[in-house]
Amino acid sequence: MWNKQRRDDEPSRPFVPTAPTPTPAAAAVPAEPKKEAFTVSTPTRSFEPEPRGSAATIGKAVRINGQINSKEDLYVDGDVEGILEAPEHKLTIGPNGTVHATIKAREVVALGSIQGNVEAADRIEIRKDAKLIGDIRTARIIIEDGAYFKGSIDIVKPEPAKAASRPPQPQAQAAVPVVHAPVQAAPAAVPEKR
Amino acid sequence: MLLPGPLKNILRGGRGDAAPNGSVPVRPGRSSPPARGSAETVNTRPSRGLEEFFTYIRGQSGLTILDLGGATQQNVTFITNLGHRLYSEDFLRILRETFGEDGGAEQQSNPGQIEYFLRQALDYPEGHFDGVLVWDALEYLTPALLTAVIERLHKIVRPKSYLLAFFHSDDRQDTVPYYTFRIQEINTLQVAQAGSRQPAQLFNNRSLEKLFTRYESVKFFLTRERLREVIVKV
Repeated sequence: MWNKQRRDDEPSRPFVPTAPTPTPAAAAVPAEPKKEAFTVSTPTRSFEPEPRGSAATIGKAVRINGQINSKEDLYVDGDVEGILEAPEHKLTIGPNGTVHATIKAREVVALGSIQGNVEAADRIEIRKDAKLIGDIRTARIIIEDGAYFKGSIDIVKPEPAKAASRPPQPQAQAAVPVVHAPVQAAPAAVPEKR
Repeated sequence: MLLPGPLKNILRGGRGDAAPNGSVPVRPGRSSPPARGSAETVNTRPSRGLEEFFTYIRGQSGLTILDLGGATQQNVTFITNLGHRLYSEDFLRILRETFGEDGGAEQQSNPGQIEYFLRQALDYPEGHFDGVLVWDALEYLTPALLTAVIERLHKIVRPKSYLLAFFHSDDRQDTVPYYTFRIQEINTLQVAQAGSRQPAQLFNNRSLEKLFTRYESVKFFLTRERLREVIVKV
């Protein structure tokens, strides 16, 4: 069931570049009216295949009904129904993967089909041709053009792990008035290079 | 030969079978999306409608916004960066899946099909949203379905909230381009033409006012691209 073999038969996923993300600060400033026309051709380059040599794999001929709790990275290319948890690891739903489950993981990469709510503490990527129906809670989200998503997106701030160990601010600084800014979402609007 | 507007419309057969809401029905035609992997034309243009929409919601955070244009990275990032919760629906895709590629004019009048479509695309509790980005989705609905969708939107959007919808203003066009709208800035849109499609109905200011007659107010902005940007207050 848990094949550790390396899978080389997965087609590489085309990558569609996304435009630079506007920041709220930039958005608030009225910009000069721009009118520029250009042409974009897709696809331009491909994502490298998922490096999953060390990930546990559920092959495409495998069907699981129940609860999975993984203590290592997990690659699902088969059918899973139930609950999928890898709270401290990366979960990849392969192009053949069909998941009807509640998902909780550190990082989720969707190339196949997911139906269910997804909680990704770190980030979620919904690749081109992937399908996700459900509500997402995550710190960062990446959606490629061509992906299908139906549901809600809640951006939650990551746990302030370092903030706790930070030395207390001097009192003088505390007196400076603080301007309330909207919640900052994903700084990673642009897909990372691997 | 140049003909005066009404005569030209009679010759086109447009006004003769005007829909009850005053809009001009045209047969829903086939969409012609660009071939997969082919080039798409991308424009960046200012949008007064978008600016108005965000003016109403900018001062607040934690609102619930519905985007009917499908999920795009830019829109997701922009709206969530403002501190709002975003719901995404690919309205035109659901329309295609429900009624077929050519729009299915007859099915769009079938109450059972309409109910099924509403369950697929707009199945939300009453007063759930604080704003809806409708984009140009309403242009492709025949009168019966359009009326049902407008009713449903009125129900699921909180009173005093706003919708942003686009309608082509040029009723001489048989097919109109359809777009993916990506928010660049609070008043700027990146518009990627995804193909062209025959609209189910064409609207003027009067017919739009009639269409949103249950809503509190309707405000128009005409763009250089002959697109009416409409802000509707619920």
